[in-house]
Amino acid sequence: MKVIVSAQGPKIDSLIDPRFGRARYFLLVDTDTRECSAHDNAQNLNAPQGAGIQAAQNVARLGAEAVLTGHVGPKAFAALQAAGITVHTGVSGTVQQAVEQFVSGGLPSAGKADVEGHWV
Amino acid sequence: MIVAIASGKGGTGKTTVAVNLAYLAARSGRATAYLDCDVEEPDGHVFLRPEIEEQQPIEKLVPTVDPERCTYCGACARVCRFGAIASLPKQTVIFSELCHACGGCRLACPVDAIREVPRTIGILRRGHSGEIRFLEGVLNVGEAMSPPAIRAVKAAAPKDAELILLDAPPGTSCPAVETVRGCDYVVLVTEPTPFGLNDLVLAVEMVRALRRPFGVVVNRADVGNGRVREYCAGQRIPMLGEIPDDRAAAEAYSRGQMLVEAVDGFAERFGSLLARLVERKA
Repeated sequence: MKVIVSAQGPKIDSLIDPRFGRARYFLLVDTDTRECSAHDNAQNLNAPQGAGIQAAQNVARLGAEAVLTGHVGPKAFAALQAAGITVHTGVSGTVQQAVEQFVSGGLPSAGKADVEGHWV
Repeated sequence: MIVAIASGKGGTGKTTVAVNLAYLAARSGRATAYLDCDVEEPDGHVFLRPEIEEQQPIEKLVPTVDPERCTYCGACARVCRFGAIASLPKQTVIFSELCHACGGCRLACPVDAIREVPRTIGILRRGHSGEIRFLEGVLNVGEAMSPPAIRAVKAAAPKDAELILLDAPPGTSCPAVETVRGCDYVVLVTEPTPFGLNDLVLAVEMVRALRRPFGVVVNRADVGNGRVREYCAGQRIPMLGEIPDDRAAAEAYSRGQMLVEAVDGFAERFGSLLARLVERKA
């Protein structure tokens, strides 16, 4: 399956970006082959509002089934859930480490957003 | 003539200036309306004590998607400048609290799958305070977007009023822009402090970007320093008037009284400010 990891850099050994909507990059990783592609999130990083929603949309369109990140707000969570994507928060370290942890079952999916929205 | 009373900084005295101008204008026989556009915290009513005759919900039109027609092409999400639409592979999700009700998504949809439905975001209160026609918008708690409510207040302005005074929300972002745009004149209220100057400069940039004629009123004029006046002189910004830092005025304000009624000398000060504003038109 394909997972999205929010990252500070474009490589598999880059550090996790703890923010989902305003992450620097999204890394799409195939958990079977460990194939990895980087997707710039600069547009949402600088968005005045709705960054989480648009990030969720882009992630859904990339065909990911799970998101590994630090924190997800309520609107992004709602959009990811609507797209049938599981959300795994509280992740840290490198992208590679996060993917290994996920594959070994060490990252349970979150039932709800873990941070407040910025507009409420 | 529509005059907006605005400021970059909060607490400079916009409402004080707006209600006192309204009071004097009405007393001199002008058909005057006061519109409180500070819909997140309208407080002009504290001074004007209006009799409210009518209340109606303020609605904004938000999109709703017909899932039978939607092809998930994403045109709606691409056109939305506010990031309020998530176009997912098998679903289009609308976050209506972020919607500015521009209607762009409905126009962009190639298969006519978007309809606009009203959503109540606040309340419009209409009444009068003596001869002053009074209008205020009150945004519901939890609503993030005030511009549609401000538009509703402005749209309800009485057409036959000679002078319409808009009490603007503070700042230089969407709510302030929504209030100021289209006005005939903008009064920027500031105070002669480093904070006042910093935020005045931002407000001047906003008003210039909107190409509105404007001038400055300095409130609590005897405090702080001379930098605001130097700035206005250097920029050739008309200085419309000064309001002194007066203990009697502060006390009257704290009791919710009109300065022009309660404090000696204030009727003359606001009278000359009003004269400067209306003479511009003539």
